[in-house]
Amino acid sequence: MMKIHLKIWRQKNSQSKGGFKEYTLDDVHQEMSFLEMLDMLNIKLVKKAERPVEFDHDCREGICGQCGVMINGIAHGPLKNTTTCQLHMRSFNDGDTIYVEPFKASAFPLVRDLKINRSSLDNIISSGGYVSVDTGQAPEANTIPIANEIAEAAFDSAACIGCGACVASCKNSSAALFTSAKITQLELLPQGQKETRKRVVAMVNQMEEEGFGHCTNTEACEVECPEDISVLNIARMNYEYNKSKILRNK
Amino acid sequence: MLYVKNALTRKNLMALTGLFLSFFLIIHLFGNLQLLLPEEEAKLQYNWYSHLLAGNIVVKVIAIVLYICILLHTIDAIYLSLKSKKANGPRYAIDKRGRASKWYSRNMMFLGSIIFLFLIIHFKDFWYHFKFGQLPVDKNGNKDLYTLVIAAFDQLWYVILYVIAIIALGYHLLHGVFSAHRTLGLYHPLYSKIVKFLGMAYAIIMTMGYIAIPIFIYLNR
Ligand code: HEM
Ligand code: FES
Repeated sequence: MMKIHLKIWRQKNSQSKGGFKEYTLDDVHQEMSFLEMLDMLNIKLVKKAERPVEFDHDCREGICGQCGVMINGIAHGPLKNTTTCQLHMRSFNDGDTIYVEPFKASAFPLVRDLKINRSSLDNIISSGGYVSVDTGQAPEANTIPIANEIAEAAFDSAACIGCGACVASCKNSSAALFTSAKITQLELLPQGQKETRKRVVAMVNQMEEEGFGHCTNTEACEVECPEDISVLNIARMNYEYNKSKILRNK
Repeated sequence: MLYVKNALTRKNLMALTGLFLSFFLIIHLFGNLQLLLPEEEAKLQYNWYSHLLAGNIVVKVIAIVLYICILLHTIDAIYLSLKSKKANGPRYAIDKRGRASKWYSRNMMFLGSIIFLFLIIHFKDFWYHFKFGQLPVDKNGNKDLYTLVIAAFDQLWYVILYVIAIIALGYHLLHGVFSAHRTLGLYHPLYSKIVKFLGMAYAIIMTMGYIAIPIFIYLNR
């Protein structure tokens, strides 16, 4: 059993003024995940007829990307390459004070407490993160031969779960890592070639429109990314963008 | 290009101007190393060299490109910093994000501002005097920039000012040269590592070289 002091950001909506509220939990287990610890807090709050702390979550197994919060000033907490839901209380000590804040960026408006609206990331994907294929029967898997390294590299980029930790960790709130991963996963595969020039321009423009910042190449995003997405994706995006601008054909 | 809002394009401009400035730094260093020759020889050679540069039309064109680069680079730095400010939401109460990156990569604007202030002093004290001021001439009839430079570095505070500014420049280059290649789209894992290493070597050599000149002159008097 551990005693944990929590300082959690509480804010009714994007208009109201927020602030930290203190809670103390006496019976936290080491085996609990961070979100289970918050669940425990919420049960207590509900029993006291207080408004529970709202936070995003879905799969709780590190694959949906819903659960990002700032824990002691680091996206998804102290462990590397881990989502908040996969962080366990054994990473903390008895008597610790833990600050929990929502991800903050102009493109991530706050909904309530720790919950933010990440539609801006979805908008980037819908602006160009697709391939044109004929629908119908699933095609034979080997119709389009793809070298194993290429498939693996595309999969490395596709591992991005869109949690927004890269934006939260960036001093400029840039979505370059996210956007570039979504571009590269398609750029690497033959299926993605059809829209290649249109895609990168459309997605970069959308990224700008959503109000994300620029990339200074500090590489903080890669370090804090739960999926360890490489910053070389960003270089690839820059390359593809410059190429399509220089070789522009209508 | 000045009106382009797109950050990728703005950063391309930043990278190209930055790399041009970095290239200039090499030539500038070689020119100035002549200051370290024995006094009589250095004086005549350095003044001759300065006169040669001032009279050459190619050098004049390059100089104009250089001024434009400094200007564009600075304008972009301000533009992108403002954009970054706008993109950031409210501050985090507890912010430990610094663990994931190098301090100098996060403070390019701060380092750049030191460089900019230094450039103003540097231009005023040497460039302006040489171009528009009244300087005595040496025995070959060239303006005696050498004596002006030596006199300046005879003052300890001036040497310290230089050393601080050059260290800021060194850190700016340490991140900048590598970052510029990323910005321009070098995504090959191996070449990327090589460029990072070469950028580091370059930054260290430039820093050492530029620091050596004022210190050497100060100690030799
Ligand atoms: C001799 C002078 C200078 C050299 C050689 C130089 C070089 C560079 C290089 C190569 C870059 C990398 C560009 C990129 O990331 O794509 C850079 C970035 C930068 N420079 Fe300079 N620079 C100089 C002066 C200045 C000055 C005077 C300022 C500001 C007043 C400045 C502010 C910046 C900033 C803010 C960045 C980072 C941009 C970002 O956020 O990505 N620099 N510089
Ligand atoms: S809840 Fe799905 S990744 Fe954490």
